[in-house]
Amino acid sequence: MSTTTEQARTANGANVHLRAASTESSPRVLIQDLDFYYGTNQALKKVNLTLPDRRVTGMIGPSGCGKSTLLRVLNRMYDLYPGQRVEGQVMMDGQNIVDPGVDVNALRARIGMVFQKPTPFPMTIHENIAFGVKLHEKLSKSAMDERVEWSLTRAALWAEVKDRLHTSAMGLSGGQQQRLCIARTIAVRPEVILLDEPTSALDPISTLKIEELIDELKNDFTIAIVTHNMQQAARCADQVAFFYLGEMVEVAPAAEIFTAPKQKRTQEYVTGRFG
Amino acid sequence: MSATTARVIPGPPKDIGASQALGRSRARTNTIVKTLCIAATVIGLAFLASILVTLMIRGLGGLSITLFTTSTLPPGSHGGLLNAIIGSLIQTILGVAIGTPIGLMVGTYLAEYARGSAIGNAVRFVSDVLLSAPSILIGLFVYQIVVSPFGGFSGIAGCLALAVIVIPIVVRTTEDMLNLIPVTLREAVIGLGAPKWKMITLVCYRAAKEGIATGILLAVARVAGETAPLLFTSLGNLNWSLDLTKPMASLPVTIYQYAGSAFQDWVQLAWAGALLITVGVLAINIVARVLLRGGK
Repeated sequence: MSTTTEQARTANGANVHLRAASTESSPRVLIQDLDFYYGTNQALKKVNLTLPDRRVTGMIGPSGCGKSTLLRVLNRMYDLYPGQRVEGQVMMDGQNIVDPGVDVNALRARIGMVFQKPTPFPMTIHENIAFGVKLHEKLSKSAMDERVEWSLTRAALWAEVKDRLHTSAMGLSGGQQQRLCIARTIAVRPEVILLDEPTSALDPISTLKIEELIDELKNDFTIAIVTHNMQQAARCADQVAFFYLGEMVEVAPAAEIFTAPKQKRTQEYVTGRFG
Repeated sequence: MSATTARVIPGPPKDIGASQALGRSRARTNTIVKTLCIAATVIGLAFLASILVTLMIRGLGGLSITLFTTSTLPPGSHGGLLNAIIGSLIQTILGVAIGTPIGLMVGTYLAEYARGSAIGNAVRFVSDVLLSAPSILIGLFVYQIVVSPFGGFSGIAGCLALAVIVIPIVVRTTEDMLNLIPVTLREAVIGLGAPKWKMITLVCYRAAKEGIATGILLAVARVAGETAPLLFTSLGNLNWSLDLTKPMASLPVTIYQYAGSAFQDWVQLAWAGALLITVGVLAINIVARVLLRGGK
C-alpha cells in the first residue's frame, strides 16, 4: 500500500484532503466490455470500469440505466434468475468472476452486498451477524463473539445494541437494521462491498451515519455505491461513474464529474436537466 | 389571460338533479344488499349456535371422571371413552407426524424449486385435488393398499389414512407461506454466500414458521374429527388396545357407532365425545389463529 493511504488511516478523518490523489490507488476489480441481458433486453452495453482498491466508487444515473444491474453482476446475484446472462469479463485477482466455473458462494464471501431495503433475518442480532460468518468459517464461541463485536463496532452499531444482542433484530429501527446489514456483510470480511442505494429507505440522520460509516470503511474495503442522490455521491465517493441507458458514459473523480464533466449527457444529468 | 389557463377545456355542464337521483338510487341498493348480507350471516350463525348449544346441553351432562378413566363398556355398565380418546390421540398424532414432513417437503419443492415449472404445476394441481377429495375415498384407498393386503384393520392403517389427508393441507400452507417471503430477504441470504438449501432451512423456514405451524395445526384439527377414513382402516375397537396392528378405537368412529344405538347411556357417551372433539378442535383453531396473528 502507498504511504498516502497509511497516513489516511492514521489521520482518521483527515483523509478527505487526499481525495484528489484517490484514483491513483491500484485497481481491485476490472470490468471489461461487459454486456448484460435480461432475456432479450440488453441492460448493460460494453461497460468498462475499474474499482480502485480501498476507494469508493459512486454510480449515478437515471432509473433503469443499469447501475444496480452492474452491482448484481459483481456478486453474481443474476445467477438466481434463469434468462439473465452476461458477456464480457470482470477480473479480480486475475480471475474472471463471471466465468460459469467460479464458486459463487466463495465469491459472495469476497464481494458482499447491502441492499436498498434493510433485510434483517428473523433471528437475534447476534445470530444475524454469526449467520454469514458460519457459512465460511468455523469459529469458537469466543472468537465468534469477538467477530460479532468487531463487525458491529465497525458498523457503528455496537454501542446501541450491545445490551440486547440476543433479542430479535426485527425490533431495531430502520437505520439500525441497515447498519446491522452492513455489519453482517463486514463480518464475513469481504474485500469488496457493494451498496445498492443503502440509504434510500432511511431518514436523514440514519443516512448521515451510514455515509460516515462508508468513509470509515474504505480504509479496509473497496466500495461501490449506487445512489440516486447526487449530493451523496459527491460526499461519499472518490470516483463517480455516470450511467445512461445501459452505457457507462463517464467516470471521473467526484469533484470533476460534478463541476467539469467531459460528456454533455453527464453535464445535463448532474445539473438536473433530465433523470 | 395566460397561456396555461387558455388551454383549460370546460367540461360538459353538471346536472345536479340527475347526480342526486343517482346517489339516492345507489343508497337504496346499498340498504337492500346490506340487509340481505346481514340476514344471510344471521341465518348461518343461528344454525352454528344451535348446534353448539345442543352439543353443550346434551354433552355436558355426560362429562364425568369415568368418561376419561374407563373404556367403552357394554350398555348399562357406565363405561367411558378412554380407549376412544387415547386412540384418537395416537392416530391423530401419528397421522400428522407422518404427513407433515412429506407435506413440508412437497410444499418446499413447489415454492422453492418448481416455481412456474410444468411438473410443479402438475404436483400443485394433484395436491389441490387431494385437498378437496372426499375423505371416504382416502379411507377406501388405504383399505386397498394396506388393510386388504396386510390382513385386517389396524391402527397404523388409520394413521396412514389421516396422513394422506394431512399432506395436501400442509403442502398448501407451506407453499403459500414460503411464497410470502420477500425476494429481498432471499437475495440478502444468497448475497452472503449461502447455498440455497441453507437459505431455505435456516432463514425461510424461520421467517415462515408461524404460518407453517398454523397449517399443521389446521391439519390436526381437520383429522381429529375425521370419521370416514377411519371406518375402512382402524375400524374402531370397543376394548382397550394400544396395538397399532389391531383395530383401534377413535372418538369420531365411537360417536358414529354410539349415536345411532338404542341404548340411552351409549347415546349420552356419543354426545360427550362430540363435545370433546368440538372443544378440542375449537381450541386448536384458536391457537392457530393466535399464532398466525403473532407472525404478522
